[in-house]
Amino acid sequence: MDFNYDDEQQALREAVRGLIGKAYSDYEERRRAVAADPGFSEQVWGQLAEMGLLGLPFEEQYGGMGASAIEVGIVAEELGRVVAPEPFLTTVVLAGGAIAAAGTEVQKTELLGGISAGESIVAFAHAEPGSRWEPTASVVTATDGGDTWTLSGTKEPVIQGARADVLIVSAALPEGGTGLFVVDPSAQGVSREGYRTHDGGRAARVVLDGAAATPLGAAEDRTGVIARVLDGARIAAANEAIGLMEVAINTTSSYLTSRKQFGVPLNTFQALTFRAADLYVQLELSRSVAVWASMVLAESSTDEFVAQAAARASLRISRAGRQVGQEAIQLHGGIGMTAEYSIGAYTSRLTALDHLFGDGNHHLGLLACRVGDYAELEPVP
Amino acid sequence: MQLTLSAEDAEFRDQLREFFTTKIPQEIRDVVRDNGELTREQLVQSMRILNENGLAVPSWPTEWGGKDWTLMQKHIWHEELQRAYVPEPLAFNASMIGPVLAQFATQEMKERFLPATANMDIWWSQGFSEPDAGSDLASLKTRAVRDGDHYVVNGQKTWTTLGQFGDWIFTLVRTNPEVKKQAGISMLLIDMKSPGLEVRPIELIDGGKEVNEVWFTDVRVPVENLVGEENRAWDYAKFLLGNERVGIARVGTTKARLAQAKEFAASIKVGDGTLLDDPQFSTRFVELETDLLALELTALRVAANSADGKPDPASSVLKLKGSELQQAVTELTVDLAGPASLASGADDDSTVPLWARRSTPAYLNTRKTTIYGGSNEVQRQIISRTILGL
Ligand SMILES: Cc1cc2nc3c(=O)[nH]c(=O)nc-3n(C[C@H](O)[C@H](O)[C@H](O)COP(=O)(O)OP(=O)(O)OC[C@H]3O[C@@H](n4cnc5c(N)ncnc54)[C@H](O)[C@@H]3O)c2cc1C
Repeated sequence: MDFNYDDEQQALREAVRGLIGKAYSDYEERRRAVAADPGFSEQVWGQLAEMGLLGLPFEEQYGGMGASAIEVGIVAEELGRVVAPEPFLTTVVLAGGAIAAAGTEVQKTELLGGISAGESIVAFAHAEPGSRWEPTASVVTATDGGDTWTLSGTKEPVIQGARADVLIVSAALPEGGTGLFVVDPSAQGVSREGYRTHDGGRAARVVLDGAAATPLGAAEDRTGVIARVLDGARIAAANEAIGLMEVAINTTSSYLTSRKQFGVPLNTFQALTFRAADLYVQLELSRSVAVWASMVLAESSTDEFVAQAAARASLRISRAGRQVGQEAIQLHGGIGMTAEYSIGAYTSRLTALDHLFGDGNHHLGLLACRVGDYAELEPVP
Repeated sequence: MQLTLSAEDAEFRDQLREFFTTKIPQEIRDVVRDNGELTREQLVQSMRILNENGLAVPSWPTEWGGKDWTLMQKHIWHEELQRAYVPEPLAFNASMIGPVLAQFATQEMKERFLPATANMDIWWSQGFSEPDAGSDLASLKTRAVRDGDHYVVNGQKTWTTLGQFGDWIFTLVRTNPEVKKQAGISMLLIDMKSPGLEVRPIELIDGGKEVNEVWFTDVRVPVENLVGEENRAWDYAKFLLGNERVGIARVGTTKARLAQAKEFAASIKVGDGTLLDDPQFSTRFVELETDLLALELTALRVAANSADGKPDPASSVLKLKGSELQQAVTELTVDLAGPASLASGADDDSTVPLWARRSTPAYLNTRKTTIYGGSNEVQRQIISRTILGL
């Protein structure tokens, strides 16, 4: 096992940091970007496309770079460092991942090409009223009309659902199972109501009422694809959380050194510095698991091993993210509660990531069901 | 010792329950129940109804509208009030400045301010913290210089909760910069309409604007607005902060929120049952309930309000645990909402219920409870120094 990034990966990190770190060098820039719809900077999105990052995981023939989960993790981590609001995770990793896994050649060429070029925001419309991170759909149902398919039901919350140019929608199939469909959001029978999410992003309620839909690939049960794509997104999200936590801890440490009370800097108080040290321990443990999970995904392991790695990473990062997010605010005192200061946005984003694809206890429950099936937990398959 | 409520206490409880649930308008209590934002008018209206019936300020001395209740009765009052989602009497009035004036002010000042304070004819704000004087409150710099029969005040207060609604602000100001920092502080009551006083909102991480900066530029304050003696306000402040801590424990509110969370859990179907049947959640409920039970019993066992002009260190125990439990319940509620918790900005047409939409903002907002009222680190310091002698 080798945790070292090679030269190309290092170069990728530096390039991303150069771009995104510059775009959001000042937290005010990020505040401005999330203030107005669509909740991110179209300009930065375009720059990410120019750098090839929006096609990073896709094969070259579809306008991509054919990179692995390691590279995706690097980009996610760098975006996390500055709480960048661009929808890399949901458009590239999630929706793009589904298209790459299930789409026809034509769909891949068109849709992945659109994402890679930064011309098209694709949203993954999967969460439904009452759903709790299952890889299946039941509220939105698909009807087979012979030549055409139609979808009915509500998806909510759909991240970037109002801005999206294309929707990838999961739906219960007439014969059972969950299919994936491509929906043009401007088509008849689609209505969208967009709103802000607490982390500065945007989501929408998407109501489908007999909306025309094209199956993504074949109109067959895609539960396995959805599960795998969600696992990929969990691992990318874990990497994003690493970036968030690292900067939250650094920001907190420098605040402790500069803020004075009782005539001394706060880092005079061991009651505080020891807690910062605990956060660092959390970060390092989490980083190991996030990078390990990325390697598991990159080495095209079995679906089962990927699922296990994604669940372990989600659990570990959920625990760490809560502690870091809560303590970072606490160690700041009042200033940590303000919108003008950065730390609250880090906590808010960590909280959003925690609930986007299944929180720690959700994964704890899934893993616990299998605990009797093996003796020792090994990091290698 | 006695475990059960006496017959009189039980009757007392039933009367209060009846009163709170019938005399305070339902619309107002619904806002509190749904974690919404009360208007200024709603809060004033609710406190006035309480006051008319002698229920706004029971912990004050009886001659100023207080009640000669036992600790048990005070607890029942608070518990029933919170259980019925009646807005708490504004803490700045009822548990902060009121008791300080009753204890330390001149008869004239008491007559001038106490009835108006109990009846919310004055909305008080708390002007203690400054940008560089948070935990180290005694290092505050806002200066008051005597000029004839006025003080001239210059400086800045911050984190002033609901200062946008304030009529008057009770402030700690430096009147003597030459002596040990605690020995040069005075308490001034300042009309917020005074020329030179400016309130600027601060946005918090949940998007709310409940706190403010308050700036003072040559604000002239009549000397008769000095509370007690000049340079003695550190004692008054400690007395006040002791009561503030007791108020932050909020046992009744947390109990009601936890019961609500159970309803939310029971409303979410998973597999053959609901989230309330899921051991992940049911064990969390039991854990929190047991901690809350311990806190409630502790509040009943030890009188922690300031008395004889002094704070009680037991108030720190209540503040510490009470604030942590409030945070734990909001965290639990976000987890119950699950993926729906992202829909925080959705409107009433959303498929996501109101409680779930409000869950994350409430979780983020509640981070404040371990910071204000003396941070939990400061409470640990009080316990270790004052009680354990460390
Ligand atoms: C939402 C909100 C509402 C508020 N409302 C009001 C109000 O209405 N009126 C008012 O006057 N004030 C109000 N406050 C201010 C509040 O009392 C202060 O925020 C609090 O006293 C902490 O001060 P600080 O923010 O300056 O943090 P700091 O004192 O700078 O503390 C930063 C961190 O260091 C820790 N720390 C500091 N000193 C020590 C030490 N010696 N040992 C160990 N740890 C230490 C703190 O616990 C905290 O974790 C409010 C605050 C908030 C967040």
